[in-house]
Amino acid sequence: MIGITAFGAYVPRLRLQKKAMAQTNAWLAPNLMGKAKGERAFGNWDEDAITFAVEAARDALGPEDDRSHIKALYFASTTAPFADRLNAGIVQAALTLEPTIQAADISGTQKAGVTALAQALCVANGAPEGADPSILVAAGDRRVPKAVSAQEFDYGDGGAAMVVGRNNVLAEWIGGAASTVDFVDHFRGADEAFDYQWEERWIRDEGYMKIVPPVLTRALASAGLEASAVDHFILPSTFKGIAEGIAKRLGLKPEAVSDNLGTIVGETGCAHALLMLAGVLEKAKAGQTILVAQFGQGCEALVFKVTDAITQFKPRLGLSGWLTNRKEETSYMKYLVFNGLVEWDKGMRAEKDNKTALTTLYRYNDGILGLVGGRCQVTGTVQYPRTRISVAPNSPEVDSQEPYKFAERAAKVLTYSADYLTYSMNPPNHYGQIDFEGGGRIFMDIADVEPGEIDSGTQVRMAFRVKEWDDRRGFTRYFWKAVPVR
Amino acid sequence: MAAGIRDKVAVIGMGCSKFGERWDCGPEELMVEAYLEAMADAGIEPTQLDAAWFSTHIDEIGTGKGGTPLSIALRLPNIAVTRVENFCASGSEAFRGAVYAVAAGAADIAIAVGVEKLKDTGYGGLPTGNMGTFIPQTAPNGSAPGNFAQLASAYRAKHTVSREDLKRAIAHVSVKSHANGSKNPKAHLRNVVTEEQVMAAPMIAEPLGLFDCCGVSDGAAAAIVTTPEIARALGKKDLVYVKALQLSVSNGMESQHNSWDGSYFHTARIAAKKAYLEAGIERPRDQISMIEVHDCFSVTELVTMEDLFISPEGQGWKDVMNGFYDADGQVPCQIDGGLKCFGHPIGASGLRMLYEMYLQLQGRAGDRQLSNPSLGLTHNLGGAPASNVCSVAIIGL
Repeated sequence: MIGITAFGAYVPRLRLQKKAMAQTNAWLAPNLMGKAKGERAFGNWDEDAITFAVEAARDALGPEDDRSHIKALYFASTTAPFADRLNAGIVQAALTLEPTIQAADISGTQKAGVTALAQALCVANGAPEGADPSILVAAGDRRVPKAVSAQEFDYGDGGAAMVVGRNNVLAEWIGGAASTVDFVDHFRGADEAFDYQWEERWIRDEGYMKIVPPVLTRALASAGLEASAVDHFILPSTFKGIAEGIAKRLGLKPEAVSDNLGTIVGETGCAHALLMLAGVLEKAKAGQTILVAQFGQGCEALVFKVTDAITQFKPRLGLSGWLTNRKEETSYMKYLVFNGLVEWDKGMRAEKDNKTALTTLYRYNDGILGLVGGRCQVTGTVQYPRTRISVAPNSPEVDSQEPYKFAERAAKVLTYSADYLTYSMNPPNHYGQIDFEGGGRIFMDIADVEPGEIDSGTQVRMAFRVKEWDDRRGFTRYFWKAVPVR
Repeated sequence: MAAGIRDKVAVIGMGCSKFGERWDCGPEELMVEAYLEAMADAGIEPTQLDAAWFSTHIDEIGTGKGGTPLSIALRLPNIAVTRVENFCASGSEAFRGAVYAVAAGAADIAIAVGVEKLKDTGYGGLPTGNMGTFIPQTAPNGSAPGNFAQLASAYRAKHTVSREDLKRAIAHVSVKSHANGSKNPKAHLRNVVTEEQVMAAPMIAEPLGLFDCCGVSDGAAAAIVTTPEIARALGKKDLVYVKALQLSVSNGMESQHNSWDGSYFHTARIAAKKAYLEAGIERPRDQISMIEVHDCFSVTELVTMEDLFISPEGQGWKDVMNGFYDADGQVPCQIDGGLKCFGHPIGASGLRMLYEMYLQLQGRAGDRQLSNPSLGLTHNLGGAPASNVCSVAIIGL
């Protein structure tokens, strides 16, 4: 049996209130007042497609930091930070997956999420008998449409992850189908910042309604399933009634249609079908069937059957947990600043050169991207970073350290400040000395925090975030930050 | 322990420029200002200088690197100039170099000059320093106040002091320094402030407000040292001797090992103990006449009172509130205004602290002269609480 063995989700904490968005822009775009319902998730300034995918993968993989069972990684996104550097390689390093795995970026279309999952299933299916072909699929998107656009209301930020394999299958892969059609509902040129959209009615009538149904029909046929037997139908679309219309045409039960999270998250790009799937799997019962599809220059659909093992698995927080972990935001300006949509006065302190020494990054790759420090095999002293001579007072053992992972350890604030002087995209910049359960201390940024919220002793978790951008060279630097446990 | 430096070297001349926003001066003119005063005080000619130590921290906006900026600015007679840099303790480092050269017999007369030209950046506060290629990839994008402010959360947690009590105690630190600075014509900030003003000031880095932060100043200071024998041969009387010179440097324990609690300076305690031993001081709270500490931020001064073993641990904030360190208190602290109000041109600060102690010991401190001081301590810190260099020097009669 091949299928999904773990699933996870990530939704960033900030939820921009659509009413505030609409009211701010009503003078300019009164037509958008109709979209003033609910909220959309948007990432903090230091989050991107990669950090979303990493968080979702951690949600699926759990606190166990030995991840040697993962044999391959597919990262799906159309907003990855690098056009030529393996983005999946950054995800691999952050998750401390084995260097022997195969990793690939899957991109170029909004259906890349389901395509990545289908690829993973096919590869797992081809694995030799008796092998554990666990493959991680992680998707994340941070789509930034033009300011004051309809898409700004419809899109959201987030990530999702699935592990597929042969052992402890939660949802068995029982069918699927795909099509490739160069139907250009929107596009983004290679060096362009924004998408260019065609007319919604054409996309609906000639796109979704004509391209998706035959693929779903073939997928169901391959699974030997009647349309009426589908318990959960997942088809992301920002257009009202699309999934319902297709369900009706194919004879799917109306109640099978999954909510597209449009008023609580927004559409998270190619991660969205997997995010919805993660939400469905949280609630699905053994024996239920799931049809999940994604549209974009064709359609990709997969069919699953939920197994008895579904009760044995819980993601760390899951979609429901991340949805609860929210902060209402009414500042449209904050959204603009965090998404680089406004040229604001950052001050001279922002002029510092963030050039990254790639040699240094590679030498300390596991330390910087994986938050791996050292443990002295003589004294047991744990430290960050790993060094040739141990920091243990009175026991400076030499070359005694083995790698020691910090990212999944509980930690608390030893010292902190909220700094209004230093340059920050979200002042005041919080940072401090963080002490880890089991030993070790790291001086690091504290993210997703409000003034007055923390003190010495506050419990924190680690989050993989953007450390800095090097705008002069187009490089994104990543590191880990402490986030208050809520 | 080594025999130490006690009474082996005497200070025979000191100079200090006016500190402040010296739009009229580059680092060269500031150095000349301090140098001419020190040379006139010592009463010697340039040809009598055997060697020079030159301290400056941020070469990118100041003098540039190397020893040549000092030699060219002062037109020194092609003598050795060693440039030293040790964060904000660079000035004390220059002094150490000069003193040790004299003690070693390598130089009869040596000069230490420190300078910093900070107001060529275009903005307030300190510029960001170069931290190599690894640290910027992990460490927060912080600032000096943000680094030192962290003492407050740890101190509160350790000694169960309320936010309000600590805020008021550190406010008193600044009120006292402004009162002292108002009497110092060379000080950058000469305004008198109230606790209420300090506590209501805009927040810079929690809990430090604007008045909890020292001045960002341009300035230079210089010291000329020689052996007691040569000093007497030059006609000097009532010599000011170097009693102790200690420097302790973090080895990563504070920032990487859980044994440090974040509320104090590990290095300061080590340097202070060694300095008291070197100077033969057993009861610092009773024996030290006055202190100039590295009050880059009010909270730094507060915890330093304990690290120097003058206030008992956890009680420093009460001594501060009781006026123990005020100008009329038992151990006046920052009698010249300190970094807070005299100002903090980084490479000059260690020498500026010694300048005030030297004037006080000689009875030349004008309106702020204390009665009969005999031992002055300077505490000059560089870096951040979790990783720093700490100099403790004692000079006296």
